[in-house]
Amino acid sequence: MEHGDCNSTSDCDDSLHELYTFLDGELTEEKRSTIEQHIDDCSPCLEAFDFEAELRTVIARRCHDEVPETLRRRIADSLGLSEGP
Amino acid sequence: MSSPASLTCVADQADFAEQAMPHIDSLYSAALRMTRNPADAEDLVQETYLKAYRGFGGFEAGTNLRAWLYRILTNTYINTYRAKQRRPDESDLDDVEDLYLFRRLGGLEAATIGRSAEDELMDLFSEAEVKTAVEELPENFRIPVILADVEGFAYKEIAEILDIPVGTVMSRLHRGRKGLQKALYEFAATRGLVERLEATAAAPAGGEAE
Repeated sequence: MEHGDCNSTSDCDDSLHELYTFLDGELTEEKRSTIEQHIDDCSPCLEAFDFEAELRTVIARRCHDEVPETLRRRIADSLGLSEGP
Repeated sequence: MSSPASLTCVADQADFAEQAMPHIDSLYSAALRMTRNPADAEDLVQETYLKAYRGFGGFEAGTNLRAWLYRILTNTYINTYRAKQRRPDESDLDDVEDLYLFRRLGGLEAATIGRSAEDELMDLFSEAEVKTAVEELPENFRIPVILADVEGFAYKEIAEILDIPVGTVMSRLHRGRKGLQKALYEFAATRGLVERLEATAAAPAGGEAE
């Protein structure tokens, strides 16, 4: 497959259209490998896919909170579970 | 449900604790993003565990406990807390284009050699900014985004947690993600970081133009 100007090919459009479904791991095996082949060959698309994947990692990492110890204990107590002896 | 004591035995209690307690940090994180305040988040998590504990007898072993806990969390949130909050404007998200942030900040990798985009993005957006951007999404979009992008649930699991069709999950995620990107971009723009990036990209490595 030849991609002269990648941004104008329909392969790019198709791949970018499925970007999130791809990153979400929700594509069929066939569709998935078509896109993998395309982004291996097309650096502008690869860059977009990478960016979105990294962004998602950052969002997930930034949104992590630890439960207050008092709440953890309160829940354990209210369930009748004692963690100590 | 009429006689909870008879449904649970010591083994059930121990099973429940062993299986459900490890999810408490991520449930609490999701509860914070939903309620947007620690006191409500604590109540929500506690209620979720109590409901789950009471219903544990009906939980089918071997099925997805984590999704089941999130379903209880989400339903409890919707039934208890949603009424308190104003309905934000959802139409704002319609005019956000795809790849909104990439088209504006995608030069990032090109501008700095030897650092990953992930490191750049971690520097670019503080924890408070990412949390605020998520929390300010209209709720219909916020919850699917939390479940997919933070918790990593599959479309089908999210559909079951929220009781909506998979197609609706996908369209809400799509709009929610665009809204999230727009909010993040606005944080970066407010701090003048966008201009700085553009300057770096225009005059790469070596010479300082000014």
